[in-house]
Amino acid sequence: MNTLIQVSFALVTALIVGSAMMSVTVRNIIHAALWLIACFFGVGALYLLLEAEFIAVAQVLIYVGAISILILFAIMLTRQLETGRYMVTGWRLWVTSVICVTLFAAVLIPTLLSHRWNLPAPPAAGGSEQLIGPAELGRDVVFTYLLQFQVVGVLLTMALIGAIVIAFEERARRRRILTLAEEHTLQQLSTTRQAAPTPESEQPPAPSTTDRE
Amino acid sequence: MPNAIPLEALLAVAAALFCIGLFGALARRSMVGVLMGIELMLNAVNINLIAFWRYLTPSSTGGQTFVIFVITVAAAEAAVGLALVIAIYRAWQTSNIDEVDSLKG
Repeated sequence: MNTLIQVSFALVTALIVGSAMMSVTVRNIIHAALWLIACFFGVGALYLLLEAEFIAVAQVLIYVGAISILILFAIMLTRQLETGRYMVTGWRLWVTSVICVTLFAAVLIPTLLSHRWNLPAPPAAGGSEQLIGPAELGRDVVFTYLLQFQVVGVLLTMALIGAIVIAFEERARRRRILTLAEEHTLQQLSTTRQAAPTPESEQPPAPSTTDRE
Repeated sequence: MPNAIPLEALLAVAAALFCIGLFGALARRSMVGVLMGIELMLNAVNINLIAFWRYLTPSSTGGQTFVIFVITVAAAEAAVGLALVIAIYRAWQTSNIDEVDSLKG
């Protein structure tokens, strides 16, 4: 049993760390979002391994179901044709890498290895541990943590209203959003114009930037 | 689970995930990439909380409740952050962080 748990822990860890690495280093931002979804699934599997079933289901529902879709939509709404460099370069990349590697190898790992955790004594052989389940969790959320629950509800409402207000666009100021093909045409147009001035008649019609209707 | 895997292994996984997320948040040049790095960091924090709950206080509901609240706040943060990204894209026609520098002195 222990070997099975260790093997699945190793697999889940490899999935989490590998897909997180891919997610921050891959060039295409949509691929990065898909790697992020894989990473969220791995974290959910880790929660299952830790016997927090409700959290695992909530992770899959909220992160994989909602936040990833939100991220994918945001990427597609703000997609640019030629993004150029997708990561910082030069000394900024070096400083960032040094900060992250130092934080991991010189601060976090020595700290958590040197600290003596106050682990409770393991249960006697045969006796099972007292683990809380979703029933206790639900009861405590609405009794013990009632105030925090209400505050989180207000926060969610405010975030929803705030997101709508921020992303709202008045109809009068609305522009037509170009498709990627139209953007490509525009870009080719500008590059050919810079390279050699072509006659006006040969240019493809530029997409109009009038109102959407 | 506590017999098979030491607590330090879980904390090391969370630390690695946090550092990877920090790298993504600092090194990416697109705003959505930065938000993705922040989500990775929040996930690392949740792994820590669940690990501590499982190993130190398995009979208390505090750890799991805290994780639920963190997930909720993360969802709110993602919604507002992505709305900001879309608003900035409308105003500047860019999703690159380095080009949004009108507050720079």
